[in-house]
This record gives sequence, C-alpha cells and structure tokens, in this order.
Amino acid sequence: MSVDTEGTTAALAARDYKSSVKPVWCPGCGDFSVLSALTKALAEMQLPPEQVAVISGIGCSSRIPAYLNTYGFHGVHGRALPLGVGLKVARPELTVLVSGGDGDGFSIGGNHFLHACRRNVDITYIVMDNQVYGMTKGQASPTTAPDWSLSKLTPEGPGINPFYPLVIALASGANFIARASTSDPNGTARMLVEAIRHPGFSFVQILSPCVTFQPEQRDWKKLVRPAPVAATSDPAKAARRLMTDDNLFVGILYQGSREPFQPRLENRLEHPTELEEQFAV
Amino acid sequence: MSADRSKPPAGGADYTVDELLAHSLAIEAEAEERYTMLAEQMEVHNNDEVAKLFRRLAEIEGKHVAKVQALSGDTPIPHIAPWDLRWQGQSSPEAPEFDDLHYLMTPHHALELALQGECYAAEFFADIAASASDATVRQMAEELAQEEREHVALVEKWLARYPKPDRNWADDQDPPGQE
Repeated sequence: MSVDTEGTTAALAARDYKSSVKPVWCPGCGDFSVLSALTKALAEMQLPPEQVAVISGIGCSSRIPAYLNTYGFHGVHGRALPLGVGLKVARPELTVLVSGGDGDGFSIGGNHFLHACRRNVDITYIVMDNQVYGMTKGQASPTTAPDWSLSKLTPEGPGINPFYPLVIALASGANFIARASTSDPNGTARMLVEAIRHPGFSFVQILSPCVTFQPEQRDWKKLVRPAPVAATSDPAKAARRLMTDDNLFVGILYQGSREPFQPRLENRLEHPTELEEQFAV
Repeated sequence: MSADRSKPPAGGADYTVDELLAHSLAIEAEAEERYTMLAEQMEVHNNDEVAKLFRRLAEIEGKHVAKVQALSGDTPIPHIAPWDLRWQGQSSPEAPEFDDLHYLMTPHHALELALQGECYAAEFFADIAASASDATVRQMAEELAQEEREHVALVEKWLARYPKPDRNWADDQDPPGQE
C-alpha cells in the first residue's frame, strides 16, 4: 500500500493485494490468471486487505490464500466451505471468499457445496476448474470427461458422466451463478466484483487450464464464448438455459434475490478465554 | 494468443487525451506486473537465465510506467476499470499471456514473447495515431508508438544473441507425468 506525502492512504492497486510469496504453480497454469483477476477485483472494490478473508481447501488452486495479502486459511481437503460459512456467520463484517478446485469442491467437499448453496450465507465461492487432480499427478476429477484416458488409474476413461456444477448450484439454491475463463482475466475480474457484491451465496466456476495434465485445455481460449443471453433472476429460465449449455459459455447465468442466511449474533464472547472456560473439565 | 489484441476497438479508436493516457498507463503497468509474475515462475522452477531476462523486462516496463506518468504532467491520469479498457481481444496488447510459458523455455522463447508484445503495443499506438481526430492525441500516440518501436529494435538486438533452440528443447528426462 502506498501513502502519499500528506499521510493519507492512496488508492490500493492490484499489486497491493499480492503477497511476497511466489506461486509454485506450473508455468502456464490458468490459476495465475485467476490470481491476477482476483487482485484486480479487490482493487476495483478498494476493499481493505484486513477486511478480506480467503479460505481454501487442498489442491493446486487452494494455495491461493498464500499468494494474497489478505487474511487467509488453507484448510482441510474439501472443507473450505464450512470454514468460510462459519467465519462469515461469526464475522459478518468481513468479505469472505472461498476458493479451490473441482476435486476439492465437488468430490471431497461435494456435500458441503450443496448445503452452502442451500444455506445462502453471503460468501463468494470461486472454483478453478481444470477437470483433473493436478497436485496428485493427474487423476480424473468429478468434472473430467468420461472418455479422458490419460490417467493410469482410468486407462479407458472414468466412464461416468461429469458433475455439472452450475446445474447443481442452481438446483441447490445458490443466489448468484456464473462461469468465467482464465483467457479473459479482466472479464473474470468484473465477474468476481459482481459476485462479491451480490448478497448471498455466489458461485463462480472459472475454467482454468491444467497445462501439465490436461494440455489440450490450452484450446479452451479458442472455444469459450460469451453466453448469448443476459443474466436472469428467474430460476426456471436459468434451468432452461443450462439444458443447452456446453460448459464453454461464459457469463452470469443467474442472479437471485433470496435473503442471505445470517443468524443474529448474541452473547458474543469478549475474550477467547471465555470459550475455554465453557469447555473446561 | 488473441489475434487482434493489438488493435484499438473497431469503429471506436478515437480516444481523448485522458483515455489515451489511461490506456497507456494500464498497458505498461500490466506489462510490468506480468513480467514480474513470469520472472517469479521461472525462479521457482530454477530457470534462472529466463528469470533474469523477465526481471530485466519488468524493470524496463516500470520505466515506461514512469514515462507515461510524466507525459500527463501534473494532471492525474484517470482510472478506468480493467474491463472498460478498449482494445480488441481479451488481453492487454503488450503483456504476454499466462499460458505462453513453459518451465523449460529458453531466453530465445522469452525474447520472442517480449518482441511480440512490443510489436503489438507499437501497432496499437500507431493505429490510434492514424485515426485520432485530436492533434494532441495524434502526437502523443505517435510518440508512444515510436517509443515502442525503439523497444522492438532493442529486443530484436537481444534476440540475435540467442539463436532458435533445438526442436527438442521441451524434452524432459524426468517429466511431471503420471506414475
């Protein structure tokens, strides 16, 4: 953060949200573009870094909190959403972002995904979807195509239909649903701003190529295209649109108006020792 | 790579002075930040020679940022949200795209990327100069295009020192493949 000569705080730039930790992602990984988009989005919103918390699970993309200059928590595999929901419920004044990959979010954490959509707490869930478990050297994930045969664990492909995150999010009650692509970091930044501003549970699937284990995903940038219709607030219309979705349309699909879940906070503890006392034996 | 990313928007290239300054600042700042990120990637992957080149390119782009700021004098350059910047394609004309990298890339590849970016930036400003109705914009855009042409010449000079590598440059005896 830079401070001008008169001592007032100058505007925060995208670089002010980046930490000094160098990402260990493979060169060419789509997640670099997500990091760039996210820092641009936070800068556009001028959110104080200490008022933002980024919570993740396990996986390549789940490393992102370390690369940001906000608060962060690198949690347990698949459990990023309960952590994020708990934090937001306890500290509603914070901007809570939850991030991770398709394996973490839709397999190990699949059940949490359904219920986070349903509960509709005011957080934003960013899934960097590369249709593979990259960190463990390339196994099929819930969003992998049934005929993807490059893993020795599934030499003839997983053979089962992939999980459709947008369909599940809509059916489960997410209040904002969008898909972005790492080929357009500025467009992704805009979508993240919209998602963060929208009250309730916002879900953004970002197509983020794994250049090591799914190198053909480099072609996504030639294939993705803007959705031909504007966002809708009608879930029935959104559902009909998803019937013809080929997973390569980008844009905001659905913006609902459901009231976010936020329980009243009563009897807040003044000090953590009070909590210890409650559990003392 | 987006084929048209060097071009100003079709039918809307008539920038004001403020818009031109905001775009040129965004282009140079993005290039500085991108080269820094690329240098970090190469450092993490122990490709020191390419990392140093990217660091040097980031430093040069940082000087361009200062130059654009100087062009505006005492007048603050207006901020334009990244998604409202006007150019064809999805990427800033000058910054290499994230997926253009490979962990075994050589200085030749890095300089080819840089050359492409400088050429795109030169074309971008030249196109604005050619279509601007305002004389100040025309002059400023031509000055920026000339600056980029000088960088093109500089990168070409550097590139001459690094011949094209063997076609098997990406072969890895211990690839990050599946067990």
